[in-house]
Amino acid sequence: MQELIWLLPTLPLLGFLSLALTGGSLPKRAVAAIGAGSIGAAFIVAALIAVEFLGSGEEVFVYQTWVWMSVGSFTPGITFYLDGLSLVMMLIITGVGFLIHLYSTGFMFDDPSYSRFFSYMNLFVAAMLMLVLADNLVLLYLGWEGVGLCSYLLIGFWYENPANGYAARKAFVVTRVGDTSMAIGLFLLFRELGTLNIQELMVAAQSEWQIGTEMAVACSLLLLGGAVGKSAQLPLQTWLPDAMAGPTPISALIHAATMVTAGVYLIARTHVLFELAPWVQMLVAWIGLATLLMAGFTALTQHDIKRILAYSTISQIGYMFLGLGVGAWSASVFHLMTHAFFKALLFLAAGTVIYSLHHEHDIFKMGGKRKQLPIAFWSFLIGSLALAAFPFTSGYFSKDEILLAAYASGGSGVWLWVGGVFGAFLTGAYSFRLVFVVFFGASRGHHDEKEKTGFAMATPLLVLMLLSLVGGWIQIPVESVFSHGAAHEEHRVSALIHGIMIVVPLLGIAVSYLFFVSGALSAEKLMSYKFAKFLHRFWFSGWYMDALYQRVLVNPFVWLARLNRNDFFDALYNSVIIISRSAHGLIVKSQTGYLGWYLLSMAAGLIVVLAVGVYL
Amino acid sequence: MILLALISILFVGGLIAWASESVDANFPRIIALITVIVELAVVCLLLLQDSSAGGWVASVDAAWIPRFGISFYLAADGLSVLMIALTAFLGLIAVGSAWSEIHERAGFFYFNLLWTLAGVIGVFTALDLFLFFFFWEIMLIPMYFIIAIWGHENKNYAAMKFFIFTQVSGMLMLIAIVMMAYLHFVEFGNLSFKYQDLLNLSVANPLQFWIMLGFFIGFATKLPSVPFHAWLPDAHSQAPTAGSVILAGVLLKTGAYGLIRFAIPLFPEASAQFAPFAMGLAAFSILYCAKVAFAQSDIKRLIAYTSVSHMGFVTLGIYAWNEQALQGAVMTMLAHGLSAAALFMLAGGLQHRIHTRNMNEMGGFWIHAPRMAVVTMFFSIAALGMPGLGNFVGEFLALLGAFQVNVLATVASAFGLIFASVYSLWVIQKIFQGGYCDSHFEVSKLRDLDRREMSYYALMMFGLIWMGLYPQPFLDLAEPVLTSLLASTQSVAATLIPIPTLTPTMGAGL
Repeated sequence: MQELIWLLPTLPLLGFLSLALTGGSLPKRAVAAIGAGSIGAAFIVAALIAVEFLGSGEEVFVYQTWVWMSVGSFTPGITFYLDGLSLVMMLIITGVGFLIHLYSTGFMFDDPSYSRFFSYMNLFVAAMLMLVLADNLVLLYLGWEGVGLCSYLLIGFWYENPANGYAARKAFVVTRVGDTSMAIGLFLLFRELGTLNIQELMVAAQSEWQIGTEMAVACSLLLLGGAVGKSAQLPLQTWLPDAMAGPTPISALIHAATMVTAGVYLIARTHVLFELAPWVQMLVAWIGLATLLMAGFTALTQHDIKRILAYSTISQIGYMFLGLGVGAWSASVFHLMTHAFFKALLFLAAGTVIYSLHHEHDIFKMGGKRKQLPIAFWSFLIGSLALAAFPFTSGYFSKDEILLAAYASGGSGVWLWVGGVFGAFLTGAYSFRLVFVVFFGASRGHHDEKEKTGFAMATPLLVLMLLSLVGGWIQIPVESVFSHGAAHEEHRVSALIHGIMIVVPLLGIAVSYLFFVSGALSAEKLMSYKFAKFLHRFWFSGWYMDALYQRVLVNPFVWLARLNRNDFFDALYNSVIIISRSAHGLIVKSQTGYLGWYLLSMAAGLIVVLAVGVYL
Repeated sequence: MILLALISILFVGGLIAWASESVDANFPRIIALITVIVELAVVCLLLLQDSSAGGWVASVDAAWIPRFGISFYLAADGLSVLMIALTAFLGLIAVGSAWSEIHERAGFFYFNLLWTLAGVIGVFTALDLFLFFFFWEIMLIPMYFIIAIWGHENKNYAAMKFFIFTQVSGMLMLIAIVMMAYLHFVEFGNLSFKYQDLLNLSVANPLQFWIMLGFFIGFATKLPSVPFHAWLPDAHSQAPTAGSVILAGVLLKTGAYGLIRFAIPLFPEASAQFAPFAMGLAAFSILYCAKVAFAQSDIKRLIAYTSVSHMGFVTLGIYAWNEQALQGAVMTMLAHGLSAAALFMLAGGLQHRIHTRNMNEMGGFWIHAPRMAVVTMFFSIAALGMPGLGNFVGEFLALLGAFQVNVLATVASAFGLIFASVYSLWVIQKIFQGGYCDSHFEVSKLRDLDRREMSYYALMMFGLIWMGLYPQPFLDLAEPVLTSLLASTQSVAATLIPIPTLTPTMGAGL
C-alpha cells in the first residue's frame, strides 16, 4: 500500500486535468463527482497508507519515481518521503481538504465557473501534497510555488472585479518575495553542503556546522524568509487579509487549513538548521509573538467577518511560530492540526452566514441570527471556543503545549509566555465579539432569510465541529521526527500557571460579553477618547503596514517604471540619429553653390591649418 | 551530408515556395509547410545519431576558398542538435502562425522565412568562422525583409534599426574573425578560419581581450543584452507574428550559442577576466528590462522587454561557466524559445483580431475568449518560472550554478523572479481580467482560439511540460558538449577561480 504514495498527488492532478481539458463542458454533477471524488479517493489512499505505515513500525518510507534532473552532483528526484510529520500533513490536507471540497459542491453550485473552481482546487491539493511529501527542497519548492499559483488563481477567481485581481496579484507577489529568499537559501545550501535532499542536508549540517555558525544563520534566515511569506507573518503578512476576496471555501482550505501553514511545516522540516542557529530560532519565536499580538489587536477592530477570521489565522500561525521558536516542534505541528479543524470550521460557517445573507460581510449588519442560522451558530460557537482555547476543546490542548514550552524554555521565555497569554485574552475577546455581534442581540437587517445548507454543506460542518471538540485527544506520531532534540515536552509547572492559562481567555470572552451583550461597557463611549480612536484607526488599518509598503516600495517602483517607460537606452541611440541629422543640416547649409564662398572657406581653412602647424 | 540536407532543404523549399506563387496563391504556404515537416523529419534522423561519445555527430568539410583558408565546414554536436531541433520545431510553428495572417506576396514571405531558418541552422552548424559569418548575414537579410514588408505601422523604422544594430555589431565580429585568421597566419604560417585551428591559438592578453570584445558585442547585440537591446522592442512590435516567433524563438538564441561555442572557448583568459562584468551586466539586464517591461502598454513591446530580461539568465549562466549554470543557460534557451514564441503568437493573434496592441484598450476578455485566456495564463506562468515547466529548470539551474561563482550578481538576478511575477500577472489582469472594456472594436471580432491555433499551442505546452518534469533527455544531449568545453578551458581555470573572491560572499558579508 505504501508504494501507492505516488497516487496521492496524482489523483487530484488527474481530477485537475480532466476538469481542465473538458473546459467546463461537463454537467455540474459530474464536476462535483470528479472534483470532490478525487480528493476523497486521495484521503482513502492516505488513510490506508497511514494505517500500514504506523503498523509497520518503520520511521521512514521513501519512494522514488524518477530523477527530475541530473546535472553533475545536482540530482533532485521526484521522490516522496513519508515520516510522522508528512503523514500528519497529508492526512490534514486530504481529510480537511475533502470536507471543504464536499462543502464547495453545495456552496459554489450556482457559480457559472463551477468546473474552473474545482480544477483549481484539485490542482492546489496536488501541489500541497507535493510540498509535504517532497524528499528534497527543489521538489518542495515545486509544491511551494504550485500552491502559491493556485492561491493566486483562486483569490482572483471572480476576475470581473479588478479589486479581486489586485488582491490575487498582491498575494502572489508578496509571497514571491519570500519565495525568492528561500530560493537563494537553496542555492547557498547547495553550495555549502552539496545536496538539496532534506535528510542528507540535515545530517551534513549537523556534522559540518557548529552551533551558531554564520552559514547556519544565513541559511536558516533565508528559509525563514520563505516561511514568513507563505505563512503571512511579519513583515510579509499584508497579503492574507486581502486574500479574503476569494470564495469562502478557498479561505478555509488555502488561507486557513493548509497553504498558510506551509511555513510552519518548512521550519519544522528543517528544524535541525534552526537549532544550529539559536538566535534565528529565537527570532522565529519573537516574530511569532509580534505577529500574534498585532493580528489579535487588528482582529478586534474589523467589521468584515472574513477579515476577522483572516487576522485570527495570522495570529494563530503566530502561535505556531512561537512554538517553533522555543523548540516545541511537535506542539506547533499539533496546533497546526487543531487549527486546521477549527479554523476550517469557522470559515465554512462564515461561508454559510454569507451565503444565507446574500453576500453580507459586515458583522454589524447581522445580529440575533442564533435561531435563524442554527448550524452556523453552533459551528461558530464550537469553533470559537476551540479558537479561544476553552478547556478541553482541541485548541486548548495545543495552545497549552506551546505556551508551556515557552514558559519552560527559560531566559526570555517568560516574556514570550506573558505575550502569548495576553494574545489568548485577545483571542477570546475578538472571537466572541464576532459570535455575540452576529448571533446575539437584536437583528439589524436581513430578517427573513433561512439558512441555506444542504447535505453537502452541513456534513462537513458537523464533522469539523466534532474534530474541533475532540481533536485535542488525537496523538500525532511525530516524536521520531523531532526526537533527536530534547526529550518530549513534559512540562511541570505550578497550578497557578495552569490556572492563569485557563482563566485569561475566559476573561477575554467576558469582556466581549460586557461590551456586546450586556451593554455594561460601550464601544461608542470608548471611542470618544482621542487615544482610543487613534488606536482603533491604527489597528483597523493593520498597523499601517499596507500604507507603508505602498509608499516605500510600490509607489517608487511604479514611479520609476513610468519615468523610464521609453527606455533610456533607446533615447541614447536616438540621440545619435538626432545629432547626425542636425550635423547633416548644418553642413548642407555650407553647400551654397557660390564659387566665391567656396574659395573663401578654402582659404580660411588653409590659414587655420597653417596656424595650427606653426603653433605645434 | 545530413547537415547539408538540413540547410539545402530550406533553401530549395524557399525558392520553390516563391516560384509557386504564380501558379496558385495557396501554394507557397503549403510548400512551406511541407518543407518544414521534411526538415523536422531530417532533424529526427539527426537525433537518432549517436551523440553519447561527445564528439561531432555529423560533419561536412570541403574546401571553399582555399587561398584564404576558408572551408565549407559544417558539424553538429549535442548542443547544435538541440538548437537545430528548436529551430525546426519553431519553423513549423511559424509557418502555422503565418497561415491565415499573410496573404500579400505570400511566396516571397515564405521564401524569406525559410531562408532565415536556413541561415540559423547554418549558424548552429558552421565551424569555419568565415562560413559562420556568412550564415550570420544570411539569416539577417531575409529577416529584414520580413519586418520591412509585412510589418505594422512603423515597419521601416524598425527594420532599419534592426539592420543597423546587427550590421554594426556584425562588423565588429567580422573584424575580430579576420584578426583571428591573421593571428593564425602569424603563428602557424597559413590563414585559417577553422574553429579547431583557432582554438589552438595563444593570443596575448590585451589583444585577446579586444578580439573577445568584438565577439561579445556581436553576440550580445543578438542576445540581446542591455545596452545593445534597443532594436528588439521595435523589431518585435512591428514584425508580423511569424517574424516574432523566429526572432524570439531562435534568432536570439544564436547570440547565446555564439557565446558558448566561440566567445568563451576561443578566449578563455579574457573571458575569465570579463566574466564578473558580464554577469553584472546580465543581472542589470534582468532587472532593468523587467522594470521597463512593466511600464509598457504595447503588449508586444512588453513581451519583447521580458525576452531581454529572461535572456539575462542565459548570459548569467554562460559566464558562470560551470556545469549547472551552462545546462541552465541551454535549458533557458530552449524553454524561452517556446514560451516567448507562444506569447508573441498570442499577442499577434490578438492584434490580428482586434487591430490593436494597446493593453489599455483591452480588458475582461476571459469571458469571450476563455481558451485564449487559459493558454496565455499557461505561458505567462511558464515565463515567470513556475516549477514543473521548462523555464524553471533553466533559470533555477542557471542561478544555482551562478551562485557558486558570483553571489552578488546571482542574488540580484534572483530578484528578477519577483519582477517577472509582477509583469506577467499584470498582462493577464490587463487583457483578460477585470470588467469587459468596450473599446473601438466589436466583441464578435474577438474569436476564441480555433482548432488549428490550439494544436500549435498544445504542442508548445507539451514541450514546456516535458522540459519541466523530465528534462533529462535535453540535459543528456548537451552534457558531453558542455563537459568537454569546460575541460578545454580548464587550463585557465586557475584564473577563473579567483573571481568569487572579487565579490564578497554571503558568509563574509554577514
